[in-house]
Amino acid sequence: MSMDIQSSEDLPLLQVSNTTKLYGGRIGCKDVSFDLYPGEVLAIVGESGSGKTTLLNSLATRLTPTSGSVNYRNRMGQMRNLYEMSEAERRMLMRTDWGFVHQHPADGLRMTVSAGANVGERLMAVGARHYGNIRDTATDWLGRVEIAEDRIDDDPRAFSGGMRQRLQIARNLVTAPQLVFMDEPTGGLDVSVQARLLDLLRGLVADLGLSVIIVTHDLAVARLLSHRILVMRHGHVIESGLTDQVLDDPQESYTQLLVSSILQP
Amino acid sequence: MTERVETQGISGEHYNFAYLDEQTKRMIRRTILKGIAVPGYQVPFAAREMPMPYGWGTGGVQVTAAVIGKNDCLKMIDQGSDDTTNAVALRNFFVETTGVDTTTKTKDASIIQTRHRIPEETLTKDQVLVYQVPIPEPLRFLEPRETETRKMHALEEYGLMHVKLYEDIAKFGHIATAYAYPVMVQDRYVMDPSPTPKFDNPKMDQMEALQLFGAGREKRIYAIPPHTKVVSLDFEDHPFEVTKFEQPCAICGAEEVYLDEVILDDDGNRMFVCSDSDFCEERRDAGHVGHLGTNPLEAEGND
Repeated sequence: MSMDIQSSEDLPLLQVSNTTKLYGGRIGCKDVSFDLYPGEVLAIVGESGSGKTTLLNSLATRLTPTSGSVNYRNRMGQMRNLYEMSEAERRMLMRTDWGFVHQHPADGLRMTVSAGANVGERLMAVGARHYGNIRDTATDWLGRVEIAEDRIDDDPRAFSGGMRQRLQIARNLVTAPQLVFMDEPTGGLDVSVQARLLDLLRGLVADLGLSVIIVTHDLAVARLLSHRILVMRHGHVIESGLTDQVLDDPQESYTQLLVSSILQP
Repeated sequence: MTERVETQGISGEHYNFAYLDEQTKRMIRRTILKGIAVPGYQVPFAAREMPMPYGWGTGGVQVTAAVIGKNDCLKMIDQGSDDTTNAVALRNFFVETTGVDTTTKTKDASIIQTRHRIPEETLTKDQVLVYQVPIPEPLRFLEPRETETRKMHALEEYGLMHVKLYEDIAKFGHIATAYAYPVMVQDRYVMDPSPTPKFDNPKMDQMEALQLFGAGREKRIYAIPPHTKVVSLDFEDHPFEVTKFEQPCAICGAEEVYLDEVILDDDGNRMFVCSDSDFCEERRDAGHVGHLGTNPLEAEGND
């Protein structure tokens, strides 16, 4: 299921081959293979229980796959198997080169420290020790995710759902990661807030040249954000390709069902 | 089996020397040795129930019981003072169970068990300072999971400690943490110096005496061997600063020591006196007098 649609001069950022995660005898996801290229946004769609989040967690080192390999090209250009790296290296990767945006902001934020400290944490984790600089960077990032500057010392508990989600995004992007994983980032937000968040994400992804793997059950989100799409069912990838192509001309009967299930207002 | 070493207390009760049985003391000594070998690392140990409540210094008492010998001279302080409840109770405990000599003089003591202070007088290589620690984990209030904090120590992921200091500056304009101020030990482990005021942090650096920390409820022991580098964490633009007092001790006139605020009456009068009672007494014996005189009750306006 390889999809060599990128120009040959670009090397993949992430190479996933035959990744399988079993929960005992049950399949979480099975034999998933794809390449992700720099600057590319890949959506993983499917119904609840189809293995989307299992796959995402298996790629993001939050779960250890049962078999298969995941290789990542680091900033030095070396391709490394994630599961052969030491835990220290993996954790370093997670807080510098990677980001992970959770569906529920409370899972990804420190709810008891201020917004500024939430954004600054990753900077301090990689050795920033100048308060003024950390604060300036945090202020800048809050501005970029449309959070007013005077909210910098407020706890995320005082923020609305949409603001929390934007804060979580700022917190992840502050170290200029190469690859961001997102698990239903717009879940639980009302449609107007969702639209603003999508707009913001699209802008940031384009400006920063981020690679993103986004899990969503919302095909509209996939359509807006992603270049390519994987459709999952029962732990298997059943269809993949360019987003517009798959959504406009689905080949598999299940994908056709998914596309036709979208409500039209 | 190890030989039983009996002590008869003043009350007539018989105890094994220093209350704990010999096997327990050996176990604690092994833990202490490991702590000394890895400065600042919290070594788990099988803390025993002691005949006093948690929070009274059960960790410090077990450490002292494990290192004390018949020829030791013990000083016991609480908030710098030799005569507050905790100090008196624990001193009597060791008098009863060991029969060792006790003293209030810092320089005469071979073991000093402390709650909240390091004595003003410089400690020497023949002394051991034992701290009573309530919460040994400096990262605890930011990261509640023990599995995660252990991993963070193992991998030297200490960014979170600065998040706490960042919060201080954001909220108060300066690092407002005044006690339990986190330190970096020998460029490796971030450590909580127990609730000593940050005023005492610089004394821990390159101290000649051995420093042992016991947390009974949390079942952890850690140590700073003599001549070990201890650095208080800070930001480049908000460097670590010790607490400064605007006036000297009211009764001995000492400057650059840690002072306690004492309320004198209902009219808002107050004085600042040395928190280290032994240090203050020695100065007064040597003829130093503060602005309220040696007996503040005889001072003007307090008759």
